Amino acid sequence: MYAIETTDLTKYYGKSRGIIRVNLAVEEGDFFGFIGPNGAGKSTAVRALLGLIRPSSGSAKIFGMDCIREKNQILSEIGYLPSETVFYSGMRVKDVIRLSCDLRKKDCRKAAEELCERLQLDLMKKIDELSFGNRKKVGIVCALSHSPRLCILDEPTSGLDPLMQREFFAILRERSRQGTTVFLSSHVLSEIQHNCNHAAIIREGRIIASGSVEDLAKASAKRVVVHGSTEPIFLDGIRDQQAIEDGLRFLYNGDINALLQVLSRRKLRDLSISEPDLEEIFLHYYMEGDTKNDTYPA
Amino acid sequence: MTLTRHELRQSKNSLMIWTVSIGCLMAVCIFLFPEIKSEMSAISAMFASMGSFSAAFGMDKVSFGTLPGFYAIECGNILGLGGSLFASLCGISILAKEEKEHTAEFLLTHPVSRGRIVTEKLIAVLLQITFLNIIVLLLSFGSITAIGEKIPLPELLLLHLAYFLLDLEIGAICFGISAFIRRGSLGIGLGIAAVLYFLNLIANLSEHAEFLKFITPFGYSDGASIVANVRLDASLAALGMVYGAVGICAAYIRYGRKDIA
Repeated sequence: MYAIETTDLTKYYGKSRGIIRVNLAVEEGDFFGFIGPNGAGKSTAVRALLGLIRPSSGSAKIFGMDCIREKNQILSEIGYLPSETVFYSGMRVKDVIRLSCDLRKKDCRKAAEELCERLQLDLMKKIDELSFGNRKKVGIVCALSHSPRLCILDEPTSGLDPLMQREFFAILRERSRQGTTVFLSSHVLSEIQHNCNHAAIIREGRIIASGSVEDLAKASAKRVVVHGSTEPIFLDGIRDQQAIEDGLRFLYNGDINALLQVLSRRKLRDLSISEPDLEEIFLHYYMEGDTKNDTYPA
Repeated sequence: MTLTRHELRQSKNSLMIWTVSIGCLMAVCIFLFPEIKSEMSAISAMFASMGSFSAAFGMDKVSFGTLPGFYAIECGNILGLGGSLFASLCGISILAKEEKEHTAEFLLTHPVSRGRIVTEKLIAVLLQITFLNIIVLLLSFGSITAIGEKIPLPELLLLHLAYFLLDLEIGAICFGISAFIRRGSLGIGLGIAAVLYFLNLIANLSEHAEFLKFITPFGYSDGASIVANVRLDASLAALGMVYGAVGICAAYIRYGRKDIA
């Protein structure tokens, strides 16, 4: 059974595009990254999973349960951290956490206290006095204190200082080891690369690539750097060609023999062909003119 | 009842301010009554002979020199207008504020059904309206006792019952509207209460506009008519409760299917 499974999930806001035929399959226990820039449809997909919006067509299931019909059962298994954590004005941190636990009908005080300690969060502070980062910490405590089976995190580290980010990911990795599924929506690619096993890239409402983070790197273009020749190379599959001090660098996603043939006619001092990092992979997918496919199995 | 408790905690300051304000204004009016009673003959004639103005506020139907008449006109207007403004603000904001203040994501991602959210918030609105009406009633009775007057129980209880129903109706209608809107709720709430109040003034002024009494809850809660006849127009009140019920049903239907921005 998948922790998250969407089938042709589509949402239009009137005539505006939200997401189009999104197909995702996230295994239980996976640490899954969901990458895309602002406006790509990440939050729309997350909102559809949480039952905050009704899809225009298609379906979304969490642990085999329908996100609309069985929303309450699903929400009792989920911990959600929104990108903007806003709470009721005038309340103290402890009151917000207690309200969250009461709404879940669970006594999660002990777990909440432990999380507050690790995140250095003062329970007595008023919400209105908290910085953006500290409000985020309250959101993290509310999302994790009931030990959910699935964590859905939308831009979780915005506002957190580097030390807190490290602690936060340490907590997530601990939870992941205990079997919790983590769905991390972010545009911070290093977060995805360092923490996730699988990832999907969304562009203009459509999933344009999905798979293991390792396979995504392999399936995409290679980073090529040549030294000794600055003359531009014109060959299908070359993108992002830039002149450097004594040569060229570019992404190449074509026949490697064709590239080597072209390069063999030049007098080179050095050549390196390497796997690009996730940022380059992301740019590669984003620079592609056409959407390759609507569906990529995870 | 977690959410009801939470709502009551969140709105306790506003509830106290409205209750004390309305209660104190009514108490001040009641404390003025002995003075007015002593100069009754001149005042009564003046108030009853102001033509349309007298008719609009029902001053042609009751005597200002008696406590029930004075109470219906002076205190009735304070409680009618004040209570309806409070009920409208209370109802119009309670669902819409979650989206306006961006707390909807927090609330609606907990395992609480939309139906339960609507129910608990509705209970919070009804409890606040009930609390305000009970405290104001007690303050009024206390003030009347303090000035040494006998409490005209049937008239005043009927009057307060009518204003309680008025507040419930306006609160319920605004509650229904609250499920449809995302922001700008306060202006809409105040506007609804004010328009309904003025519709009743128009209905009092012109026979051709009497049908407006079937629309505005101020029609069945017209203090002067209630005190003059010692009777509440049950059919108008029942119609008002139907409007309120429609508002509540609309809230359940709309909020259950609403996309949360």
